[in-house]
Amino acid sequence: MKDRLNCEEGLELFREETLRNRKSIKPRITVCHGTGCQAYGCTRVSDALRAEIDRQGVSGEVDIKTTGCHGFCERGPVVVVQPGDIFYQRVGPGDVGEILDKVLNGKGVVERLLYSDSATGVRFTNYYDIPFYKKQLRLIFGNNGEIDPTSIEDYIAIGGYSALAKVLFHMSPEEVVEEVKRSGLRGRGGGGFPTGVKWESCRKAPGDIKYVIVNADEGDPGAYMDRSLLEGNPHSVLEGLIIGAYAIGAHDGYIYVRHEYPLAVENARIAIEQARQLGLLGENILGSGFDFDVRITRGGGAFVCGESTALMASLEGKIGEPRAKYVHTVEKGLWDRPTNLNNVETWANVPLIISKGAEWYRTIGTENSKGTKIFSLVGKVNNTGLVEVPMGITLREMIFDIGGGIKDGKKFKAVQTGGPSGGCLPESLLDLPVDFDALTKAGSMMGSGGMIVMDETTCMVDVAKYFLTFLEEESCGKCVPCREGIKRMREILNDITEGKGQEGDLELLEEISNTLIDSSLCALGSTAPNPVLTTIRYFREEYEAHIKDKRCPAGVCKALIHYYVIEEKCPGCGLCVKACPQGAITFMGKKRPVVLDESKCIKCGACYDICKLEAIGVK
Amino acid sequence: MMSNRVINLTIDGRQLKAVGGQTILQVAKENGIEIPTLCYHEAVEPYGACRMCIVEIVKGGRSRLVASCLYPVEEGLEVKTDSPRVISNRKILLELLLAKCSKNPVIKDLAAEMGVDGTFVREGYLEDHDCIVCGLCVRVCEQVVGVSAISLVSRGVDKHPAPPFHEPAKDCIGCGSCYYVCPTGAIKMEDREDTRIIHNWKVEFKLKKCKVCGNYWAPEKQLDYIAKKWGLPQGLFDVCPNCR
Repeated sequence: MKDRLNCEEGLELFREETLRNRKSIKPRITVCHGTGCQAYGCTRVSDALRAEIDRQGVSGEVDIKTTGCHGFCERGPVVVVQPGDIFYQRVGPGDVGEILDKVLNGKGVVERLLYSDSATGVRFTNYYDIPFYKKQLRLIFGNNGEIDPTSIEDYIAIGGYSALAKVLFHMSPEEVVEEVKRSGLRGRGGGGFPTGVKWESCRKAPGDIKYVIVNADEGDPGAYMDRSLLEGNPHSVLEGLIIGAYAIGAHDGYIYVRHEYPLAVENARIAIEQARQLGLLGENILGSGFDFDVRITRGGGAFVCGESTALMASLEGKIGEPRAKYVHTVEKGLWDRPTNLNNVETWANVPLIISKGAEWYRTIGTENSKGTKIFSLVGKVNNTGLVEVPMGITLREMIFDIGGGIKDGKKFKAVQTGGPSGGCLPESLLDLPVDFDALTKAGSMMGSGGMIVMDETTCMVDVAKYFLTFLEEESCGKCVPCREGIKRMREILNDITEGKGQEGDLELLEEISNTLIDSSLCALGSTAPNPVLTTIRYFREEYEAHIKDKRCPAGVCKALIHYYVIEEKCPGCGLCVKACPQGAITFMGKKRPVVLDESKCIKCGACYDICKLEAIGVK
Repeated sequence: MMSNRVINLTIDGRQLKAVGGQTILQVAKENGIEIPTLCYHEAVEPYGACRMCIVEIVKGGRSRLVASCLYPVEEGLEVKTDSPRVISNRKILLELLLAKCSKNPVIKDLAAEMGVDGTFVREGYLEDHDCIVCGLCVRVCEQVVGVSAISLVSRGVDKHPAPPFHEPAKDCIGCGSCYYVCPTGAIKMEDREDTRIIHNWKVEFKLKKCKVCGNYWAPEKQLDYIAKKWGLPQGLFDVCPNCR
């Protein structure tokens, strides 16, 4: 490893040296080593590839690199070949020979490993032609696929830490704060508070000791953008943090990350060590006289610990409970010292803003929401994964262009944004621009970027119940409205889904919601009613069907549905007879419809799922 | 930080003076303005869990509800302790507590006092707890007694005060502060002849007998703790305060 860098020129020389050493025309094969691809067995792919390169003795002719997450996780393991940005998906260890042959020959592609659009059948060779990537603007996330997250040289080679050098040697802390303020950057963790304003308050707060914190306690169900960013490009987060510390006047920082994110913890740890060795962390950073160091603290995974004051309590070794923020954390935060906490993605935006300037940054996004946002697009869409888009893109573009529309040709019903604190938006709002204010106005929120797409087979009452059940378990239990209120709301929803709903339940839910919003101690409680209120607002008739007609239109709520045999469609094949765990279906002979005994049926839906002829109905 | 500075504020239309660093609740109490509380106690740091003490404040033309036990007074602050918004929120809060503690006399009385005569929660879901998880027992044990024998454990609806691992509270000195401070009588403590039992923490203590009157007057472990903490002479506690 290189010695400490002691000046700005030292960093530049190191960058030039690194680039010079790498100046080769060798083709490069990159294998995604994000958590998603690891689950698909990508390490076997990279091992097989290395073994094959050794076996053929061609290590001088081709480079191999393992990188962070590309976002298209459902297609993993992902392999990208340069030159040509050739995108291979669902690659197995058995495919590496073929890929290597094509690479060494310098022409041709392995057709069967290319992505093909499920609707049109069109195959795409180039990464950026794939519809999933085409409409994205991957300013923050894009480098994930370019660099090995465990190599600081890789990060420096693409211009890393030049923003830090710029602020340390050419900008005063006040100028940095001003630049971030002018950029219009808002907190990516959920609140959407202007980052520069927060920094300024913390900088101005009285006190010699100040702290900066990376909030990597990502907890929304289905959301994993912060994990992938910290795993795939930890130095970008670290660089943003050091810049923030300089601007605020902090010398100690913490990365608070979930224990369930082992790879993120490991890559952040490696990044910190490497940055220390190069003199980018620790005393006298780059010879500038500025001291700053950072530690990693692992959280136990409580959802509430993503809330800033609960996170700080947890960091102090106390129970992860929020406290009232009548005195803000920028004045009295961690150990009662002025503390500036930002989300992973927020920090990762900072180097970009410093390098390219606030004016440039302001050109991306909408009036009051600047830059890009990474979303975790999941649910009933064809293409799921992490997508980074400019603020202001419509929900329709995200779901139908990037997401490739609804799975299995079904109909779109709702999209849930903002995690458990967000809301469900209906089809009529598909042209809503995705930004902080528009989503909030519609009763939902940006949150940290969860986006769950639902189709016609989703019951909205059931969805509301799901989120309340989640929040009931994750409430810290400190304040009465959150602890007791969510539970009682969930009970009412439970009753509704079981056909025990009563006239006036919706009004009651709204009344309890108002109390949660008004009198809860923290945002977990005050936003908890959002899934309920938005579903009542946009899908009221579905609630009424449950309450008045004792009917679940989507066919989900078990107590309100029953399965039946559509006799004219049933050829008596007997598949459902075998599938039924209760023996509720009787075989009546070939070419005669089966008979379903409702008294034995437990409504598991096994018959419905197995019948390809749609001869089992549900109502 | 802001102490000693005189601050002018309005509570329920009354112009009042306060000292910087005071909370709305403290100022209200000083001026005879009643705000109901459950988890508040002068002896410990405010916690803001029960939300009974919510008040409406107006600042910069915008109003919101805050916990008066925690909110520090500010110049020009306008506070309403009984606005319709406060009343309707407090009503739901009390109904929630009534559902959890459906037979607890303290909660029932407080609800009745506030004009709440029942709960929206349906019969089958009513529970019979005494503890409202206000954390006073835990806070007094930590902040006043200084032994931290108990803690709030679990999360959400399961949260409750308990000794470590639900085993008998090893560090408990039997002082009973938790019992005295509990607003709802959830802590069951009894002195049986020469023994004090605190059922909640699964502990029993031998009581000290007064050499003069012969009454059992305090747990020996508590007296040892005090003597050790303050370096008091041996034998000081042989006689109870009444006979001293």
